[in-house]
Amino acid sequence: MSILKVEGLTKEFGGIKAVNNLSFAVEPGSVCGFLGQNGAGKSTTIRMLLTLIRPTSGSVEIFGENLFTHRSSILKNIGAVIEKPDVYPYLSGYDNLRLFARLSGIKPANSMIMDKLELVGLSGRAHDKVSIYSQGMKQRLGLAIALIHDPQLIILDEPTNGLDPQGIADIRNLIVYLSRDRNKTILVSSHLLSEVEQMATHVLIIDKGRKLVDGPSASLFDPSETVVEIEAVNTDFARSKLLTSPFAGNLMGDRGNFIILKIHRDNIPLLHRHLVQQGVELIRLQPRHSLEDYFLQVTNDKTDAYTYTG
Amino acid sequence: MLTLIQVELYKIFRRPHTYIAFAAITALIVVIQTGLKLDGEAYADFIMQTIKQSFEFEGQLLNGYLVCYVLLQLLLVHVPLLISLIAADMISGEANLGTIRFLLTKPVSRPGFTLAKFIAASVYTIMLLLWIAFLALVVSVWIFGTDDLFIVKSNYAVQLSENDVLWRYAGAFCFAMLSMLTVTALGFFLSHFASNTIGPIVATMSVIVFFTILSTMSIPIFQKIQPYLFTIHMVNWKEFFDQQVDADNVAIAGSLQNPKKIIKSALVLIFHIAGFVGASVWVFRKKDILS
Repeated sequence: MSILKVEGLTKEFGGIKAVNNLSFAVEPGSVCGFLGQNGAGKSTTIRMLLTLIRPTSGSVEIFGENLFTHRSSILKNIGAVIEKPDVYPYLSGYDNLRLFARLSGIKPANSMIMDKLELVGLSGRAHDKVSIYSQGMKQRLGLAIALIHDPQLIILDEPTNGLDPQGIADIRNLIVYLSRDRNKTILVSSHLLSEVEQMATHVLIIDKGRKLVDGPSASLFDPSETVVEIEAVNTDFARSKLLTSPFAGNLMGDRGNFIILKIHRDNIPLLHRHLVQQGVELIRLQPRHSLEDYFLQVTNDKTDAYTYTG
Repeated sequence: MLTLIQVELYKIFRRPHTYIAFAAITALIVVIQTGLKLDGEAYADFIMQTIKQSFEFEGQLLNGYLVCYVLLQLLLVHVPLLISLIAADMISGEANLGTIRFLLTKPVSRPGFTLAKFIAASVYTIMLLLWIAFLALVVSVWIFGTDDLFIVKSNYAVQLSENDVLWRYAGAFCFAMLSMLTVTALGFFLSHFASNTIGPIVATMSVIVFFTILSTMSIPIFQKIQPYLFTIHMVNWKEFFDQQVDADNVAIAGSLQNPKKIIKSALVLIFHIAGFVGASVWVFRKKDILS
């Protein structure tokens, strides 16, 4: 059974559909990367999943129950950070965490609060007022607040905003840890596609409120479907050598000065060796399989939504 | 619900600007009490100016009860501003901080959240009035002592026996509490329509000023709507300091001149409070959190 199941979710603002008939599901224990360009409808969707916004139509089931009729019991098992996690600046990180824990229905012991602050690297600044926290520290505190009641489903909207590279890596590792070691289900939206690529088990891409892609990352990055771009000093010579090589069947065509092939990722070193042995002067041989490429491809070449399977 | 109220009260009383109102009230009362202590006889002469040919007052005219009455007349007009600093900030302040997003992702019902916030704002209002009562009545009595309360109204004077005053103050403070809770409810309601703090505070004060002006204008068309304006009922705490007279025109101790007027005004204020809070619950239930 899916942890989260969305059917035909639509939200209109003054006749404009911010989210348009969106359907998707998130499976238990998965990390679902939720992607889309600015204004694609990610935040509106997440706000609807957290009952901050009322949908115009559609249904949301979480833990097998209707979100809008079992709101309180469902939210008890959800931890969320929406955009920048604003907290009370006149309270300390510790006091903020205790306050939100009480609203989550628990009375946390001191050790529990300190454990969560330790988890996000804030235990040393627990009793400082949040007004003197950096944006990155507030982001970490927001995550601690989302985790304080040990929720089953964690929804994070841009959790790495304002973090330095080390902070980004820490959050990524935390998300992977929560998913793999604590069996949490995580829906995470981010602009940092390379980060999503490293942690997401599933990807959901939307554009203008409509779903473009939904499915397991493993299928998205099928190693046998790796696209390779080749740039050489003499493109015609390189092409002729490829046409008479074992890679002739992998040729897909040209794009500008690049020759495009689709081969298995494991065969890229063989391709490289072959071309060098044939006297091709390579400028670049670039595998193109990143999420960023894929994202740009699907959002710039929008067709009907499709779902792929691994 | 209790947890929500506790959390809201915790937030209110941990905020530095909560204490602005307490500090302002304390400063005002202390300044007025000091002025009256230093030059109170001149003030008493001023009060008695219009009627000293007709009355001879024996005893201590400038006593703690009179000082308290003077303070209430001066302060209760301005307290709504101090109350709106908190009440009109209850929802808009959370929207401004961005904390409303976090709060509403927690398993709390929206009507429960709204009611808890209103109750917390009401507790603040009541505490502010209790503080005023302490400073204006208890401290004034301590500094100036007690005697009969002599009040000069527009076309008559009232003398209340020293033993007949305290319960009137208790009633007046309870009524003032109702008046100020109406302001709290109004500010709270308006705080649902903005994501900045200043707008609802200014709007609350504007409504009170506008209604007060309408309440005082003797234009017939305005006089028709005046009974429905809550501002006209807010000042009826003063009715506790009027007493009935018997057939010989002798004041009846322990009486109120117009208890029905007090009850009617109290009911009008309660109706307004219920209306504003009910509307707040309705608006917030349907509100999309976009901030």
